[in-house]
Amino acid sequence: MLDLIQKFFSKESSGSKDIAKERLRLVLVHDRVNVSPQLMEVLKGDMIRVISNYMEINEKEMEVNLTSTPSSVALVANIPVNRMKRGAMPVEYP
Amino acid sequence: MGEVLVVTSGKGGVGKTTTTANLGTGFALMGKKVVLVDADIGLRNLDVVMGLENRIVYDLVDVTEGNCRLKQALIRDKRYETLYLLPAAQTRDKNAVNPDQMRQLCYNLAQDFDYVIIDCPAGIEQGFRNAIAGADRAIIVTTPEVSAVRDADRIIGLLEAEGKHNPKLIVNRIRPHMVKKGDMMDIDDIIEILAVDLLGVIPEDEYIVISTNRGEPAIINAASQASTAYKNIVKRLMGENVPLMSLDVESGFMTRLKRFLGFKEG
Repeated sequence: MLDLIQKFFSKESSGSKDIAKERLRLVLVHDRVNVSPQLMEVLKGDMIRVISNYMEINEKEMEVNLTSTPSSVALVANIPVNRMKRGAMPVEYP
Repeated sequence: MGEVLVVTSGKGGVGKTTTTANLGTGFALMGKKVVLVDADIGLRNLDVVMGLENRIVYDLVDVTEGNCRLKQALIRDKRYETLYLLPAAQTRDKNAVNPDQMRQLCYNLAQDFDYVIIDCPAGIEQGFRNAIAGADRAIIVTTPEVSAVRDADRIIGLLEAEGKHNPKLIVNRIRPHMVKKGDMMDIDDIIEILAVDLLGVIPEDEYIVISTNRGEPAIINAASQASTAYKNIVKRLMGENVPLMSLDVESGFMTRLKRFLGFKEG
C-alpha cells in the first residue's frame, strides 16, 4: 500500500539509469570494435586450427571481419571449404 | 623502492587532481613518505589544490632538462613533513617531456619515497603517455555518467596496450539518493560494464568545494564523508581489507514518513 502511494507521488523520471546503461553498452561495443590487427590475426589462427579438425579450408581466401550496424556488432567470417575431412568425428568432452 | 601510482581518467573534470591530493595526504597521515607529481604540463592545478602555489621555484621540466636538481624542485607540504609536491611547468606543453624521461624520474623518486602519485592530464595523447610511463599501478577515476565511464573504458584499453594490467577503479561523486531513485548508475552497474576491480567510492560532498577553495585536501577534515572514503582507499592501497562505507540516504520524505509510521527501511 505504502509502495503504491510512493509510486503515485514519485516523479515519472525514475529509471533513467537503465537508459544510461543501455546507451553505454552500445557505445562501448562500438568503441571496443577497434581491436588491433594483431588480435584479429591471432583470432583467425585459432579459428583455422579448430575448423581444420573437420574440413580443409582455403586459408588464403578466408576473411574475418567485425562489422557494425547502429544497434549491433557482428563477427563475420567467410571461409571457403575445399573439402570435408573423412572420418572427422565429433570431439567428445569428458 | 617505493611504489609509483598514476591517477588517470580520460575525461576531464572527474576528480583526478582532487583524488591525487587526498590520497597523497592520506598516505602522509599514515606516516608514509609520499611525493605527488603533477604531470599536467601547461595546465597545472595540483599546486593550488594543495595550497602550495606560492612556493614553486622549479618544476618538473626544469628537472628533466637539468636546470636544477630533483631535490630543489620538490616542495614540502605546509602541514605534513613527509608529503612533497613536484609541480608541473605552466609555460610549456606536453611535448617538453618524453616517456623515457618520466620513467627515469619515477625511478629516481621511488628510491626516496614510499609512494609516488602521478596526477595524469585528461586526454589520451602525449601527456597521458608521459604520465603512465613510469607507473607500477594505475588508478582510474570515473563518475557515474555515460561520458566518464565510456572514457574510462578507453583508458583501460590503452593501459592494457601499454602493459599496465589490472587498473583499480574509483567511482567519484556518487549521489546515493539518485542511485536509490534509479536515476544514477550504481557501483555494480559500472563495475559490470568496465570489468575492473573497485578500489573505492567517493560520495558527492560539498566539502570538496570548500576544501579546494582553501587549498587543503578534504581528507584532513574527518567530519566530511569524502574524508572517510579517501581514508578507506588509502588503507586498501596499503593492503588492508576495508569494507565499502554505507551510503544510505535517510533524508527523503517517504523515508521519514515510513519511520514515523513504524515501517523499517530495507
